[in-house]
Amino acid sequence: MSGWQALDQFLQTDPQDVGCDRAMEILDIYVDAVIRQGTDATERRYPGVAAHLRACGPCGEDYAGLLAAVS
Amino acid sequence: MSLAGSTAAGVSRRDPLDAESREWLRCLAGTGRDARSAAERERALARLHRLLLRAAHAELRRRSHPVRIEGRERDDLAHQAADDALLAIIGKLDRFRGDSRFTTWAYKFVIFEVSAKLGRHYWRNPPVQVDGDAWERIPDRFGADPAQHAESRELAGALRRAVTEALSERQRRVFVAIIVDGIPLDALAAELGSTRNAIYKTMFDARRKIRAHLVAHGYLHDEEPRKS
Repeated sequence: MSGWQALDQFLQTDPQDVGCDRAMEILDIYVDAVIRQGTDATERRYPGVAAHLRACGPCGEDYAGLLAAVS
Repeated sequence: MSLAGSTAAGVSRRDPLDAESREWLRCLAGTGRDARSAAERERALARLHRLLLRAAHAELRRRSHPVRIEGRERDDLAHQAADDALLAIIGKLDRFRGDSRFTTWAYKFVIFEVSAKLGRHYWRNPPVQVDGDAWERIPDRFGADPAQHAESRELAGALRRAVTEALSERQRRVFVAIIVDGIPLDALAAELGSTRNAIYKTMFDARRKIRAHLVAHGYLHDEEPRKS
């Protein structure tokens, strides 16, 4: 991937992205869903949260941390 | 974003409440006034604190942080995170609706505490800034081939112009701090007395405006990433 492609990927925004507050509000529900139903099914069920976790580094870290804590 | 509005997240209640969560609630609520009930609650609080402390230690070890935190400093942070998480959990116990397992809900508090404490900790030992113009290192951040000097210069120049011309002062300040200076988002939120959500929203809008500027000036295509 070239520098331009990486920059473009970084600049892309997903209109479904729910933002940090909403994603963190239901992070525990999302993580339990991932454990019970798998990542793909959970992303389909909560597309706005999935979009946010892909784009937001800090929330992505919290997600990874919570998943590690309960796994 | 549906920052443009709340999501239809479709949250549904887990039912019935699993036995372990029910037991946590029963013990922690400790509504009984007898000594046995009080002792049971104390034991549950101590057990929960041990779980939170273990999770805080694990999370501090897991995180890659600009400043490595080890030894007594990490122990202190872990204890602070576990203590504060326990207080928050007790204060919000009546808000637990059983939509997740109790332990997942509880661990969420300690993970958030670790994040917040790392954000504040950043300013106690900020990384040493490398000399020179930070904008010159921007192509590296996006993986540009160092051998392609012309492309790197063009990318850095175009991005810098977009930041200068397309962003508001607030957006420019936040974008430069995070992308150019490499300050973690939570650390910037702590420094500005803001929130992660507010900073993210500012960055979200900034990314959209910069991309539109780069498209308008022919650096990026409207939909597809530019082919190198």
